[in-house]
Amino acid sequence: MIRDITIGQYYPAASVIHKLDPRVKLLGTLVFIISLFLFSSFSGYVVAAVFLFGTIRLSRVPLKFILKGLKAVFILLLFTVIFNIFLTKGTPLVTIGPLAITWEGIRTAVFMAIRLVFLILGSSLMTLTTTPNQLTDGMEKGLAILKPLHVPVHEIAMIMSIALRFIPILLEETDKIMKAQSARGADFESGNMIQKAKSLIPILVPLFVSAFRRANDLAMAMEARCYHGGDGRTKMKPLRYEKRDYTAYFLLLLYLGILLAVNLLVRYFVADTQITFLSALPATIMMREGF
Amino acid sequence: MNMIRTENLVHEYIRRNEEGEVESISQAVGGVTLEVAKGDFVAILGHNGSGKSTLAKHINALLEPTEGSVWVKGMDTADETKLWEIRQSAGMVFQNPDNQIIASVVEEDVGFGPENMGVPTEEIWRRVEESLKAVGMLEYRSHSPNRLSGGQKQRVAIAGIMAMKPDCIVLDEPTAMLDPNGRKEVLRTVRELNRQEGVTVLLITHYMEEVIHADRVIVMDDGKIVMQGTPRQIFSRVDEIKKYRLDVPQVTELAYELRRSGVNLPEGILTVEEFLEAIKKEAPAYKTGTNR
Repeated sequence: MIRDITIGQYYPAASVIHKLDPRVKLLGTLVFIISLFLFSSFSGYVVAAVFLFGTIRLSRVPLKFILKGLKAVFILLLFTVIFNIFLTKGTPLVTIGPLAITWEGIRTAVFMAIRLVFLILGSSLMTLTTTPNQLTDGMEKGLAILKPLHVPVHEIAMIMSIALRFIPILLEETDKIMKAQSARGADFESGNMIQKAKSLIPILVPLFVSAFRRANDLAMAMEARCYHGGDGRTKMKPLRYEKRDYTAYFLLLLYLGILLAVNLLVRYFVADTQITFLSALPATIMMREGF
Repeated sequence: MNMIRTENLVHEYIRRNEEGEVESISQAVGGVTLEVAKGDFVAILGHNGSGKSTLAKHINALLEPTEGSVWVKGMDTADETKLWEIRQSAGMVFQNPDNQIIASVVEEDVGFGPENMGVPTEEIWRRVEESLKAVGMLEYRSHSPNRLSGGQKQRVAIAGIMAMKPDCIVLDEPTAMLDPNGRKEVLRTVRELNRQEGVTVLLITHYMEEVIHADRVIVMDDGKIVMQGTPRQIFSRVDEIKKYRLDVPQVTELAYELRRSGVNLPEGILTVEEFLEAIKKEAPAYKTGTNR
């Protein structure tokens, strides 16, 4: 199960997307996610799909690998679709007892599914092409505007990068403690949920103790190496925008522009004729959602 | 000028109960006066709880003396304005290699110290490369520390200190968690840094084999310095060493026992080669290694 989650993993490859400044990727992902909820026409999704799959292609990450990330959220996706199909009011198509499948329901379900899938694909593409360190660096630099508001941006970024560094170490430690407790007769497998949860206590207590000890050691080692917060600190790998980053920003703007244009066109077209089924779909939804 | 000087250094750990009242006071270091000259390789020996680690933490200003003073390059460690200068001059390597590596890429970790000191970017890159080369880890620069062996991690930690261009390195039991190969690796690195780069080394350990290459050995027990001298001088006093719950190297002990039972061997033999030489001189009839 844990292995299926591709969000947060890094897929090393030599591509333009990998080389992009993490700030571009962070902002790009944010814009992309927001854009998914800004429009509700099929043509809009076509634009988003072209943009998404074009970027995936550029990133040289195998599509299969990215799609694996969907497995982890399959249940969530299924629930969203089912709820939307049955619980949206409208003209019923099929009635099963008290439940009714409506046209509108199917439409929203499909839209929601596409949105969710695109959202997950987009964000996992970002983490797959950006190392955790770059990500924290990007956040530190990108959020620097919040510094005058006394947001400890550097400290947050430092905490995140240390957390990432210690995840594998603590996982290994958990494994060791589990084995040590099993050797002393602890049983983690049998029993109901509550019993299983209780049996985790002999793992969690030593794990926490050791984590605190590590934190203490690490703090001392950091102080010994002159760490005193973000003031007066220089960077070994400072973030600098290059030509490709500006190009990427331009493409992002272009994507937003096209999306907007398509949206306007569709609305105009639909308001004018309202004949074709395909264009009627987004129209109803747009009216329903108050566009 | 002395690199490190302590005068009558006392450190007490005060244990308080929940109300903040003093429950007990334990004296970890009790009046240590010590001088380490520039370029020296000094080893501090002592069993657990002898106060050697507490002493080490004073040199990096991680602990403040309860009584007495510590000077690093003439700077008093109690002077807070000199804190960062002291920590830069006296780098510290700790016992657990995992708990002192901060970044998830080797080269970024080595660059951590210089980054904190505000060294310009190009200079950081130069220093990182130099230090990684000095400890023989340059080819691992873009690796994740999690995939390295204990000895390699410890060498990365040493490189991280070297990148700060310290005059002195304090190593607090750097080999305690390593396998024999890792121990050899780390010690060789430390010795090379001392000889080639002229870095003053203060090695804290409880392994006897690690101190035979030191210029001077200091034995601590119960917070006090109890023996001091060259490795040869120290190891010729086998009985005394055992009194402080320390072991002598196997070959030294063998030579000592032989001497006691009448074989004419010199005092304070430290290595197998020396022992062989001495035995050959003493008994020319035996051709070592070939007789059966």
